[in-house]
Amino acid sequence: MSDLRGMFVDTSICTGCKACQVACKQWNEMAPGVPLPMEDEAAVREHRAFTGNSYDNTGHLSATNWRHVKFIEQIGPDQTTADRSDPRWLMMSDSCKHCVQAGCLEVCPTGALYRTQFGSVDIHQDVCIGCRYCVGACPFGVIAFNQRTGRVNKCILCQDRLEVGMGTACAKACPTSSLTFGTVSDLQAMANDRVKALHARGQTDAYIYGWDLGNTGTITAGPNKGSAVKDVEVVGGLNVFYLLLDKPEVYGLPAHAALPQRNFVPSAGVALITAAVLGVTGLAAFRRNRMDENAAATVEGGA
Amino acid sequence: MDLQNSDAIVFMGSNMAECHPVGFKWPMKAKAKGATLIHVDPRFTRTSAMCDQYVPIRSGTDIAFLGGLVNYILTNKKHFEEYVLSFSNAATLINAGFKDTEENDGFFSGYNAQTRAYDRATWQYQTSKAPERVPEPSSTGETKEGGVGTPTQPVAGSVKGVNFAALVANRLPGVPLQDKTLNDPNTVFQILKRHYARYTPEMVEKICGTPKELFIKVADTLIANSGRDKTSAFVYAVGWTQHTTGVQLIRTAGLVQLLLGNIGRPGGGIMALRGHASIQGSTDIASLYNIHPGYLNVPDAAKTHDTLLNYILTETQPTSFWSNTPAYVVSQLKAWFGDNATADNDYLYDTLPKITGDHSHLPVMVEMSQGKIEGMILTGQNPATSLNAGFQRNAMAKLKWLVVLDFFETESSVFWKHADADPTDIKTEVFFLPAAHIAEKDGSMTQTQRTIQFHKKAADPPGDARSDLFFWYDLGLRLKKLYAAGRPGAKNLDGIKNMTLDYAPDPADVADWIHKDEPSALKIFKEINGYDYKTKNPLNSFANLASDGSTACGAWIYTGMLQLVNGQVVNRGEMLPGKNDGWVSPNWGWAWPANRHQLYNRASADPAGDPWSAKKKYTYWDAAAKTWKNDAGDGIDFTLTKAPATPANATGVGVAFHDGASPFLLKKDGKGWLFAYEGLSDGPIPTHYEPWESPVKNLLYKQDRNPITKIYDVPGNKYNEFAGTQFPTVITTYRLTEHHLSGTMTRWLPWLAELMPELFVEISPELAKEKDIANGEYLRVITERGTTEARALVTKRLRPLTVNGAIVHQVGMPWHWGYQGIATGDVANNVTSFVADPNVSIHEGKAFTCRIEKGRARA
Repeated sequence: MSDLRGMFVDTSICTGCKACQVACKQWNEMAPGVPLPMEDEAAVREHRAFTGNSYDNTGHLSATNWRHVKFIEQIGPDQTTADRSDPRWLMMSDSCKHCVQAGCLEVCPTGALYRTQFGSVDIHQDVCIGCRYCVGACPFGVIAFNQRTGRVNKCILCQDRLEVGMGTACAKACPTSSLTFGTVSDLQAMANDRVKALHARGQTDAYIYGWDLGNTGTITAGPNKGSAVKDVEVVGGLNVFYLLLDKPEVYGLPAHAALPQRNFVPSAGVALITAAVLGVTGLAAFRRNRMDENAAATVEGGA
Repeated sequence: MDLQNSDAIVFMGSNMAECHPVGFKWPMKAKAKGATLIHVDPRFTRTSAMCDQYVPIRSGTDIAFLGGLVNYILTNKKHFEEYVLSFSNAATLINAGFKDTEENDGFFSGYNAQTRAYDRATWQYQTSKAPERVPEPSSTGETKEGGVGTPTQPVAGSVKGVNFAALVANRLPGVPLQDKTLNDPNTVFQILKRHYARYTPEMVEKICGTPKELFIKVADTLIANSGRDKTSAFVYAVGWTQHTTGVQLIRTAGLVQLLLGNIGRPGGGIMALRGHASIQGSTDIASLYNIHPGYLNVPDAAKTHDTLLNYILTETQPTSFWSNTPAYVVSQLKAWFGDNATADNDYLYDTLPKITGDHSHLPVMVEMSQGKIEGMILTGQNPATSLNAGFQRNAMAKLKWLVVLDFFETESSVFWKHADADPTDIKTEVFFLPAAHIAEKDGSMTQTQRTIQFHKKAADPPGDARSDLFFWYDLGLRLKKLYAAGRPGAKNLDGIKNMTLDYAPDPADVADWIHKDEPSALKIFKEINGYDYKTKNPLNSFANLASDGSTACGAWIYTGMLQLVNGQVVNRGEMLPGKNDGWVSPNWGWAWPANRHQLYNRASADPAGDPWSAKKKYTYWDAAAKTWKNDAGDGIDFTLTKAPATPANATGVGVAFHDGASPFLLKKDGKGWLFAYEGLSDGPIPTHYEPWESPVKNLLYKQDRNPITKIYDVPGNKYNEFAGTQFPTVITTYRLTEHHLSGTMTRWLPWLAELMPELFVEISPELAKEKDIANGEYLRVITERGTTEARALVTKRLRPLTVNGAIVHQVGMPWHWGYQGIATGDVANNVTSFVADPNVSIHEGKAFTCRIEKGRARA
């Protein structure tokens, strides 16, 4: 376990500066949402995207946005009345969570998605065939299809940096240590201490999303004020996990994430029956062949 | 870094999390240790999001808020009595003729309505009789100011053979009189109490729109976190400076911190967040028109500055650390003119140009608009997007020539490309010179903690781009060559001809690089540091500087950043990565002066020299060793062996004039000034005035606005009607994390451009509804100067305030955009005006009025 690497994202000290987004793009040499001026200045102007959604102008994770800072304004209990009591502005730097049970990895038919020696999930770009099964299999909407390359992209936990003993570029750039890189066990201990410290100073909202370390709390502001929260473990645990201050849904995270392929059990049965009725059983077999060994085993075992 | 030791931090006039994001880790450390963080701001920002308390305020009413704190502290007797009594001028007696704004409806005594200026005669200290002066044969004229005043008697003659020490000693003033019971109505303490008596929590709410409960919570938090065991800090930036009352505004925080005993102590102070990365350095080495490097005043035609001797005697304060001025001035002239500067020719002082008035940015642009200026060299400036930008673009069109050194083709370098300009009418010849970036040249930066860092060049600049150092050096050499030929009619022949400019490239430095003719930054660094003129060895301390021409020094405050240690020159400005030497980090970079990180740190010990508490122990008196000590490794900002019980010496020169319990050694009486009898043109105590453009009248005085505000009554700079109905909305301008200043370093970078692609205005849902503007729609911001078009960002982070019973809306607009680069947008500063603080000529871009309308500016 001690070899597992991950990140702890403490949203309580995220200032929304987006240095992580820029560091990610710089290290991974990714194109910005707008191309360089010398390429096509008119297109640049057209592509500028003022979203009007708080200070978020990149919108979501994508093939060229492996990291994305979310901004959630909670000025008062709701956003339609004049009540501005207990104002807060939640910010969260989001990316691939490098799940312990990674849906993307399980459905990848070619083994392009693979588990690294650090426990993270990387992509062999030269093996990816662009089938996009992984896009649907990710419970967090992390993986995106890259129109330019015809393959998929996501955060790869700076595999190249990790291989030479460095941490992730985003964590290195984070000015407040909201993003911390380390071994997952160290980070869990750090996260647990942090939740306890926040509770001690009255910030009882804090809890962990990704692992169940036994913390419970109560939300102190915003529309969910008074609601109980507790640590959430999803898909066997997240190597990149979060300290949150409101319900997971507020951050666009599933409260009960499950791998979509869990549904393969019933759906595969239905498919078999349908196949028998239609007399095209080869279709199901063909589909199984394209799944990687584990996924295939799950389906067969279930059936 | 010291902010990590604070028990409470008030961010006001600063959006630190957004504008100083890296330094913001220190307040976050304090918070993790249990400190309370407070943000007082017109907008709920990313800084507010990190704070425990968010306190809304109307832009430009900070003196009312801070004055309210002063009143709350004094009314509830919560000031730190022992500290205030010993370390501030609370007990000092002021001239009985002084009249306060309370008695004078918004004016202090001494106001002259014709000249719009104050005579400070009645603001002075009461003093004992000054020592008898030895007659100086050639002196004429009379002392203009009483009290601990500036000697202004002109003395004829050269500095040759002059004994400066004797002349300075001959100008000692009387000793300030005090009433340690603080009961005398003329004590500063009593004046302060009367001055702020009406700044009640209720009045704060009426003027600032800040709910009373929130204000009181701030006051109680500060009081609970100050004293022997605890310290609180204020953090500000240009949100405090950019007002017609900017200097007084910051002074009000000084009053609060002095009264609470939070100056010169760990975790205390007033943190002035300067600009990135070397605004501090460019004030020190001095890009302002009125100061020479090291905060020496530029010779002024209106002062007794006719000869070097008179300049020095006028500028030297006999009773503060500034008593050493003669050595700093002569060494500086020696650095500039080298062998050519001798006592016989007054070190070529007469060749220095003298200022004849305010030559700061705004008045210079006014003169330019009147065709009085032929040419301009712009580097690191973008006037085409600056204050009243249309006015400045039109002014530049009057130039014959313009040189721009920058990374990208800035708006100013193509000011004629603006949609409103007609290039066929513009005759200006424009030269654009590509500039090297910081990583492409050797040099140094001084950051907001006064820490200088020397850096080496990392890469060659692209194409023809060169360092600005090369530009100025090359220009200097060319001028010298021209002047050496003795051009007939050339102005200031001797000044140009005799410049040393001894910065020839060091072959070893440039060996790896393309350009072999880049001047040596290290040689300039050494000149700034100072050196023994004969041996050329660097000087380790400003105490080594002499007034007889035997030392040369560009800026005395930096002496010691280069040091001779065991015969080796050590550059203490070079970073030593990985070396952890405690939180003060005395060996990481070098902080001026003399590597003292915490200024006035003698105040961290009580009058007897003992730490105020074990928790806040810092600098203290070691009675056995008979010396001051600092275990954290900080430099002692006090005479090292001067015992706490040392009495004041009425015949002592310099800091010897002060007693052992006077930490403020740059002040003439060694005290922190609650009452400033000199140095300010608009009053000895901060007073609330409305911004020059405000929708409401002053609720405290008949005088609505700072009476001596610098105003520019010129075509194209019309002001909005004061307290009128045409421009009812308060507007403030600001910056974002994603962009820097006018965007010349960020809007051209695709990764940053996409994060904040377009100009927007933050408005409350309430105002948006009133104006029928939906989120993301275009709107227009309108003032008498012009119109700016922007997208609407409708957010509850902005809120309508109730000011004296009526609703006042506030909007905010970042000013990063222009018509060049990738992320383009309208120029926010099209709507701002030329109006300025009377002390330092800073504009008022942080608080003015406007009208918001739906729709686009141009079809």
